[in-house]
Amino acid sequence: MTDSDKVLNILQKIADAIHENEQFLTDLDAAIGDNDHGINMDKGFQKVATDIPSLSGKDIGSILKRVGMDLVSTVGGSAGPLYGTAFMKAGAVVADKNEIDQEDFVSIMEAGIGGVQLRGKAVKGEKTMLDAMIPAFEAMKASCTAGDDTPSMLKKGVEAAENGVEYTKTIIATKGRASYLGERSIGHQDPGATSFTVILRAISESY
Amino acid sequence: MVGIVLVSHSEKLVSGVLDFCRLMAKECPIATAGGTSDGGYGTDYDKIKEAVSSVMSPEGVLIIMDLGSSVMTAEMVLDEFDSDTVMMADCPMVEGAVAATVEAEGGSDLLTVKQAAEEVREVSKF
Repeated sequence: MTDSDKVLNILQKIADAIHENEQFLTDLDAAIGDNDHGINMDKGFQKVATDIPSLSGKDIGSILKRVGMDLVSTVGGSAGPLYGTAFMKAGAVVADKNEIDQEDFVSIMEAGIGGVQLRGKAVKGEKTMLDAMIPAFEAMKASCTAGDDTPSMLKKGVEAAENGVEYTKTIIATKGRASYLGERSIGHQDPGATSFTVILRAISESY
Repeated sequence: MVGIVLVSHSEKLVSGVLDFCRLMAKECPIATAGGTSDGGYGTDYDKIKEAVSSVMSPEGVLIIMDLGSSVMTAEMVLDEFDSDTVMMADCPMVEGAVAATVEAEGGSDLLTVKQAAEEVREVSKF
């Protein structure tokens, strides 16, 4: 089981991981986007980190919703409404819970992906964060059903997300700023798929 | 009179469009939300929300966006208001803004102003 304090601890780890990868994510975005993904994500998660002390003792649903609102208000690029909606939808499925289990985590992921799809109107294969998120979700759901423990489930999720990032190098962007580049977007990995993988890896390393 | 909100990644872009609209629409309430709160490129949820509130009236507000996160962030702001009072127009920004502000200035209702903005998609330039 994962309690509220552990969730806050994980959020700090995510903020640290995003901060460490700020330049890397921005460089990826410079190649096929508008050169700000790392800067924007760092702005968002630094705001989350600032809010962590005030979230102590809150239920996990409220914590995730607050993270979503923080991202929407501070990120400034597409990642704001996308990750923001993901966290808000994720918060709704664990509303009032002070502890969550593996199955809850899978439900959180599913709701988060639903949020990204609702907001971005994208599907798999368009060179977006969904190309890492969907395979990661599918791998973790299968792992959870197979009875794996949390660390193994998360490891499989990270692996699938990493493969998803590799896959984004091979396809043309049809959503977002990168879509203006058409075929020139091939060969570059998607910054959003990468930031999702950074986040999932940080979660995985917390177990 | 219907209020118009112009949302863009760039403060310069949106204030330019506002000046341009003012050549024809002197009275229509127009607010802008351009760039992030720290002056960079991007969209700011609170800025958009404040802009909508600043031109709000019973006649309603039409939001006109540029691309990408402007659309998504405006969509999230939309959730905060009554869906009959605040709407987004699916149109190119400059042409749509001129059409909408002129239509609003003439006293049309929100749906008509939205339609005027969206009709510019059908107009060929040459």
